[in-house]
Amino acid sequence: MSAEADQVDGGRRHFLLVATSAVGAVGAAATAVPFLASWRPSARAKAMGGPVEVDISKLQVGELMKVEWRGQAIYVVRRSQDMLAKLAANKGNLRDPDSVESEQPEFAKNEARALKPEYLVLVGVCTHLGCAPLGKFEPADATVAADWPGGFYCPCHGSKFDLAGRVFKDVPAPLNLTVPPYSFGPNNTLIVGVDTGAA
Amino acid sequence: MSADTHNKVGTTGLLGWIDARFPLTKMMREHVTEYYAPKNFNFWYYFGSLALVVLILQIVSGIFLTMNYKPSAEGAFASVEYIMRDVDWGWLIRYMHSTGASAFFIVVYLHMFRGLIYGSYKTPRELLWIFGMLIYLCLMAEAFMGYLLPWGNMSYWGAQVITSLFGAIPYVGTSLLEWIRGDYYISDITLNRFFALHVIALPLALVFLVVAHILALHEVGSNNPDGVEIKKNKGADGKPLDGIPFHPYYTVKDLMGFVAFAIVFALIVFFAPTVGGYFLEAANFDPANRLQTPEHIAPVWYFTPYYAILRAIPDKLFGVIGMGAGVLIFFFLPWLDRSPVKSIRYRGGLYKTFVAIFVVSFLMLGYLGLNPATTTNTYLSRLFSLLYFGFFLLMPWYTKADKTRPVPDRVTFDAH
Amino acid sequence: MQAVNLQQSMKSLVKLLAFSALLSTAALANEGGFEKANNDVSNVASLQRGARNFVNYCSGCHSAKYVRFNRLAVDLALTDAQVTQNLIFNGGKITDTMSINMSEADAVKWFGKAPPDLSLIARARGTDYLYAFLKSFYLDPSRPTGTNNTVLASVAMPNVLWELQGLQKAVYEGEGAEKHFKGFELVTKGKLSPEEYDEFVRDTVNFLDYIGEPKQLERRALGFKVLGFLLVLFLLAYALKQEYWKDIK
Repeated sequence: MSAEADQVDGGRRHFLLVATSAVGAVGAAATAVPFLASWRPSARAKAMGGPVEVDISKLQVGELMKVEWRGQAIYVVRRSQDMLAKLAANKGNLRDPDSVESEQPEFAKNEARALKPEYLVLVGVCTHLGCAPLGKFEPADATVAADWPGGFYCPCHGSKFDLAGRVFKDVPAPLNLTVPPYSFGPNNTLIVGVDTGAA
Repeated sequence: MSADTHNKVGTTGLLGWIDARFPLTKMMREHVTEYYAPKNFNFWYYFGSLALVVLILQIVSGIFLTMNYKPSAEGAFASVEYIMRDVDWGWLIRYMHSTGASAFFIVVYLHMFRGLIYGSYKTPRELLWIFGMLIYLCLMAEAFMGYLLPWGNMSYWGAQVITSLFGAIPYVGTSLLEWIRGDYYISDITLNRFFALHVIALPLALVFLVVAHILALHEVGSNNPDGVEIKKNKGADGKPLDGIPFHPYYTVKDLMGFVAFAIVFALIVFFAPTVGGYFLEAANFDPANRLQTPEHIAPVWYFTPYYAILRAIPDKLFGVIGMGAGVLIFFFLPWLDRSPVKSIRYRGGLYKTFVAIFVVSFLMLGYLGLNPATTTNTYLSRLFSLLYFGFFLLMPWYTKADKTRPVPDRVTFDAH
Repeated sequence: MQAVNLQQSMKSLVKLLAFSALLSTAALANEGGFEKANNDVSNVASLQRGARNFVNYCSGCHSAKYVRFNRLAVDLALTDAQVTQNLIFNGGKITDTMSINMSEADAVKWFGKAPPDLSLIARARGTDYLYAFLKSFYLDPSRPTGTNNTVLASVAMPNVLWELQGLQKAVYEGEGAEKHFKGFELVTKGKLSPEEYDEFVRDTVNFLDYIGEPKQLERRALGFKVLGFLLVLFLLAYALKQEYWKDIK
């Protein structure tokens, strides 16, 4: 070997070290991807979390029906004209009356928070800490309050919502109850999980 | 003065703070940057670090498999298919693990063979060798229990046959068998306990033994293809003249070896994950069926040399003893070998002949164990079993009678 | 000197490759002496025909319970609507797996044993076996179904494809211990010509091959990318190692 070749070429060594480390790091990161991605909902989880079709033909006015979708209780309430008429009166007592901050499909951003005002569809999970609110539809229900206009009451920490799932002021829950994506199918069916937009 | 400024290795800052409380720099120096390894390592010396890489791969891929696997007779088979089909990237993780199992044995067998031909078990490395053999035993148990988990038909019958071996033991056999299975047959209960052992107990033992193996290695120093003790020739600075720091020289070399290994590994995982039924057996794609033995039952390839010994002996108890002896006899190598030299490079033709016989016997037994026990195969198995044991049992004689050549003082090394 | 070292490394690599090649050729030699199925899982049109054959002729009795319809839609280049209309007969959803309505108890009553799930049959038996099996039914009045099979003797499965293939009888040569199977002779013509029938079976086996491992095409495609990357990394690691090892005299 010549004397020149004997000398350590610091530049070349440094370059190779950086290049190998960089390419190796890319490889390590790429290897991590499959492992991390395996935590996403699997094809089975997605299949089970698919849309749920519910027959609502037998649901009577003033009744609450519970449906399971993605492991959550979905409340379906058939509201009377009287119930709907009284919604406007709550406005002054609500924290988010126009559902600006709350979560719902675009079509439910109205006073009734519904696609068809008659049917209220809500995720039955309190926006405070996840308890299941109770349906207290009768006004002045003694178990809630004397001036109760009718709505949902959460037994855990006393949060109150009106008959459109809108949260009242001065309760711990910060937001209105969530409206899931849904649409109506033929033959009086409700499809939870598919949002085809306002009809 | 605070402890921060006083630590034995003279580091400062955050590292100094740690070093005053934990021997981080000291350990790095002892085991990596100032661990002096002989400079004449050849091809065979890649497999130690590769075994460590495969262990890590198996642990990581195994952890991710347990996240979706169900250890029950009802759900195990379906959960493996769930991993293969429904879990994002599950197929890749599973193939890594199944290929990794065979890769582990390939790497470990080559690593053991390296130790054999260069006499790496000889004084002062007897305990290092014993730790290695314990790792090998642990690995066999780990692989055997892992093989039951997919709950395929070969899993089931493989476990049936291997656990039955314990039934050969006189007096206690039957109760021992029931104790191991926890039932009267290989059942959900057996699967559940094998799962616990496979994912917790044995991996823990493996990791502990690997640490002990490396600590023992670093205590006595690495052997090399010349079998020269490099610690005998130290320079003025007290460092071995034929030694080089593990880091950076062997870290960059092992990195290269690792990438070469990864290429072969990727070829298998992506293009032939079953390796024609050797890494993943076709019969294991049928779910476990208690009423139907697979047509052709054989253990996975890495067990077949011992399986062939078992079948070669026409007696249940002695077959089991022969098989066990075939594995355990490796432990005694340090005391069977009476040669004054370590490496095959300086041994004579007699020793080399016996090594060749051993290699041929081991491979032939492996081949015979994969194939049906026909009359010819049984006779061949007997012949090669005798040769296999002959290699070990005659070792005290032929290593002494062997004509060795003088070992040089320094290692042989061609500079690049 | 560098060249020598590269040669050594290459030699080591070749050794390992040769070892794995040895294993795989040994494996090939192990497979039964069946006629090759010669199917191609990357042939989407063949897979579509195979899927149609499967749902028309197999899925009445055989489930493929690990196979999800929406996965089929993606891999077979079909829309969800096409799959729902053409492949799902039991009113199932696109996210369902290919189950059957027949209960295991009924199956045992009708056939003597439950027809196996076919999700993994190609992996368990091999495509060549399946190709030969579906072509090897022959007339045998001693069987309750009236047919037998040279690949799987005393088969419980009736020859559901006879209308397509026609009916064939087995022809034997020699006598007594010398007697051996010579070939088949078509007795009644089927709707398909022998060539068309071979294609029909090949498509069906191709589909079975695909459902055995739906991710196999993805696997190979990714494999090329990974290998390309590793080769680049190997060259860098090799150069880095050579650079450092210049120090060692």
